[in-house]
Amino acid sequence: METTVITTSPAGMDPVVAPASMVEALPAYGFTSAVYVVAAVLFILSLGGLSGQESAKRAIWYGIVGMALAVLATLFGPGWGNWWLSILMIALGGVGGYVLATRVQMTEMPQLVAAMHSLVGLAAVFIGLNAQIELGRVLRARLNEATDVFTGFAAVLAHKSPAEIAMLKVEVALGIFIGAVTFTGSVVAYGKLAGKIDGKPKKLPGGHMLNLGAAILSLLLLILCVAGWGPTMLWLILLTLVAGFIGWHLIMGIGGADMPVVVSMLNSYSGWAAAMIGFTLSNDLLIVVGALVGSSGAILSYIMCKAMNRSFISVILGGFGGETGPAMEIEGEQVAIDAEGVAAALNEADSVIIVPGYGMAVAQAQQSVSELTRKLRAAGKEVRFAIHPVAGRLPGHMNVLLAEAKVPYDIVLEMDEINEDFPSTDVVIVIGSNDIVNPAAQDDPNSPIAGMPVLEVWKAKHVFVSKRGQGTGYSGIENPLFYKENTRMFYGDAKKSIDALLPLID
Amino acid sequence: MRIGGLKETFDGEARVAVTPSSAGHLQKLGHEVHVETGAGARAGFSDAAYERAGVTVHPNAAALTEAVDVVVKVRPPTDEELARMREGQTLISFFYPGQNAELLERARDLGVNAIAMDMVPRISRAQKMDALSSMANIAGYRAVIEAANNFGRFFTGQVTAAGKVPPAKVLVVGAGVAGLAAIGAATSLGAQVYAFDVRPEVAEQIESMGAEFVFLDFQDSQDGAETGGYAKPSSPEFLAKQLEKFRELAPEMDIVITTALIPGRPAPKLWTEDMVRMMKPGSVIVDLAAERGGNCDLTVPDARIVTENGVTIIGYTDFPSRMGAQASELYGNNIRHMLADLTPAKDGTLVHDMEDDVIRGATVTRDHDVTWPPPPPKVQAIAAAKPKPKVKEPTPEERRAAEALAFRRQTRSQIGMLVTGGVLMLLVGLFAPASFLQHFIVFVLSVFIGFQVIWNVSHSLHTPLMAITNAISSIVILGALLQIGSGSALIVILAALAVLMTAVNIFGGFLVTRRMLAMFQKS
Repeated sequence: METTVITTSPAGMDPVVAPASMVEALPAYGFTSAVYVVAAVLFILSLGGLSGQESAKRAIWYGIVGMALAVLATLFGPGWGNWWLSILMIALGGVGGYVLATRVQMTEMPQLVAAMHSLVGLAAVFIGLNAQIELGRVLRARLNEATDVFTGFAAVLAHKSPAEIAMLKVEVALGIFIGAVTFTGSVVAYGKLAGKIDGKPKKLPGGHMLNLGAAILSLLLLILCVAGWGPTMLWLILLTLVAGFIGWHLIMGIGGADMPVVVSMLNSYSGWAAAMIGFTLSNDLLIVVGALVGSSGAILSYIMCKAMNRSFISVILGGFGGETGPAMEIEGEQVAIDAEGVAAALNEADSVIIVPGYGMAVAQAQQSVSELTRKLRAAGKEVRFAIHPVAGRLPGHMNVLLAEAKVPYDIVLEMDEINEDFPSTDVVIVIGSNDIVNPAAQDDPNSPIAGMPVLEVWKAKHVFVSKRGQGTGYSGIENPLFYKENTRMFYGDAKKSIDALLPLID
Repeated sequence: MRIGGLKETFDGEARVAVTPSSAGHLQKLGHEVHVETGAGARAGFSDAAYERAGVTVHPNAAALTEAVDVVVKVRPPTDEELARMREGQTLISFFYPGQNAELLERARDLGVNAIAMDMVPRISRAQKMDALSSMANIAGYRAVIEAANNFGRFFTGQVTAAGKVPPAKVLVVGAGVAGLAAIGAATSLGAQVYAFDVRPEVAEQIESMGAEFVFLDFQDSQDGAETGGYAKPSSPEFLAKQLEKFRELAPEMDIVITTALIPGRPAPKLWTEDMVRMMKPGSVIVDLAAERGGNCDLTVPDARIVTENGVTIIGYTDFPSRMGAQASELYGNNIRHMLADLTPAKDGTLVHDMEDDVIRGATVTRDHDVTWPPPPPKVQAIAAAKPKPKVKEPTPEERRAAEALAFRRQTRSQIGMLVTGGVLMLLVGLFAPASFLQHFIVFVLSVFIGFQVIWNVSHSLHTPLMAITNAISSIVILGALLQIGSGSALIVILAALAVLMTAVNIFGGFLVTRRMLAMFQKS
């Protein structure tokens, strides 16, 4: 990646040439690569450190240092230019990021994450387009038997053989495609999570055939690009638009409660986009990090799908699969209970499990729940939390909310850790969750959620369900739990209900 | 309404239908409570205790029957007691309408509204007035006490300075209410308890009480449960298999408590003479089914016998009565719950609602009409058991075969994937330039590392994981930084925008992750 002079006479645009002293002073390429290796190791450590709450606090610093090293090495490395502009932009972005990170409410985490994905996607699109423009310049220069002194990225391009250039075009097109899908998809996901777009699945007439058509069109455009027929730049811009449409339409068709999968999928895409850009720029660090992030998002999506017992495809295609038969009839009735009744049961209980869901986040009830937990624990009762993998709108959303409310993380357990303990539990309080505690998933083979792993709350002695009113959950499935004999419905806003309980606990 | 508790005339019956405490509850329902003098004497409730509870004591049965609207008692009424009653009076007691057809007719002729406590349907709502269950519970407990009384050894195992004492082995046949109560009592005395039932679904209940379920290996192990939660007669093959199992167990068992009953039939013979002969001297058999002929061949109802080989067989039929105070307390509560359902407004007026499943089911005569047997209740006693796909315990060979099969399948799919992947790689290698492949190796290895690393991430940290991956996926800033030095103004603008956006992401992502992680506190 040294400064390359193709011909001697500079003409046309003035290239920005690195001061020779600087380039010579540093064994430039080797230095940058070495830093990249260090940064890659740091990033891997930073992700690996998230295996535990305590090591995570250290791991984040690995990530920060890795990023700082990578950026600095690039800034001082070969092929740099417009130094002041870069610094200015980073500073501006830093201020923006700081404001965003400090102001965001923990309940708004899902939308923040989605918004950030969209930025990565858009950046990938820009970089991809830039690569193409630069390539155009280099090729034109070659054609003219001319003339430019290329620096930086252009210098890399200038070295490429025709086969490598064809490959580059594929990479650029793929990078742009994934980036654009990520961008519009994330914007829609943001809108849905923030409540700015209606959370219900919506599709244009034609549905998935439209997506399929767009995908085929994208493939055609890609082939056109690589083959070099016609104006490549135009094809790429068209590709950007078509990919953007796919992202928008795909995510519009997915409902609110499937958002954990969508967000982790977009997380994955943002990683793959980065990896593609890495290929384009022949930059191994980008490839490594992109692959790490991409596989991370893929695993998260897999875990979420597993937790809903649905295939990734069916989630992405939206909606629930066709029913296989009539749902089991539910006998009995929903019996309501007031705060006094719940408090009496809690005062008598020795062990309590709280099952929070999205409803808790909506009602902002986590502080009240934390207070309730504190009081119950002070009274010598065993209080634990059971978190279903898809509770909330983001993987791990409930954990973060409870952590914010100062619920100690060692009493917040995963489904697999706690499911066996329900039979020996006195009281279970379900706050704003529905499908994840639906016994029909186990009992009724015809249920649309049959086979989905659920928290077996109904095995406890008493179950109290805090819910705004009668009605079905996101999936529109009746929940037989509400009709069970040991279940009492504690109707009302979750926060108000829990607050009403607090003074009644001894 | 005036409610009167009669003194039981049956010989040896110690129970009474109204206790001072249940009288208090009845008064709260707006009723007046009366009893015959000495009604509670054998259960330990004196007339004075009743009077203190505000109950009017009458000198004899005739005076009491005359003074009240509702007569409550324990045993089915004798002819004499029934004859004293007048038209329109209500009688609440055990009745056994199936066996007492004559009594039923007389009650109808007299115009007495008879409510049979033994006909209360077995639905959840009616559990509080299910006197059969409450009495069976006492019988089960008492059976263990009687057995212990007749068993010359400890129930619990001990190692003492004077020698080792093995724990008594108790077999409970039939895990209904009485059987489960017996299991509970025997395990809390420290015995090793085994239990058998034809209804496989009670295995869980048996185990929850601390006993071991005697598993019968039987083809299409049929569900011996009938609606209502009672057992139904088993097939001859099943019975033979069952007896075989008992024969195997007989020599080991110190105590056998049999509680097997099938509604409306004589008790099944489950403990045959040869089994008794196989048992060790000093062993005890308590036959709770003695009243219906007994589960044991040698049982003599209402008697305790000792066989030639020294096995004691107890065939008492009055176990609840042997615990008069407790039995009266529970029966009294059953009665008052029944009356509570009959007095929905709590104003002392009886509303005999024949639409109510429980009341309808328990009423055997009403307004000169026999209303027994009742139509099937609207609510099923126990939700119809789903045909459970029987999970067969695989034999070790089967398990090994299944494991080998799974292993082979896994190997095959892995090899398949490797081969496909390899071929694809080769194809790429044929066409793609070498420089691409160098980067591609890095890519593939990174994906592998990513998968390994991310699987270890704790579930609770998934949100921080997403935030931090977000921050580090903004590594694309490097690309933008490399391009920003370009000579083309358009490129510079686009690259600058990309730098700006990714910078927002980097700072925002890391800071928000730090914020989140700082919140995770250990207790």
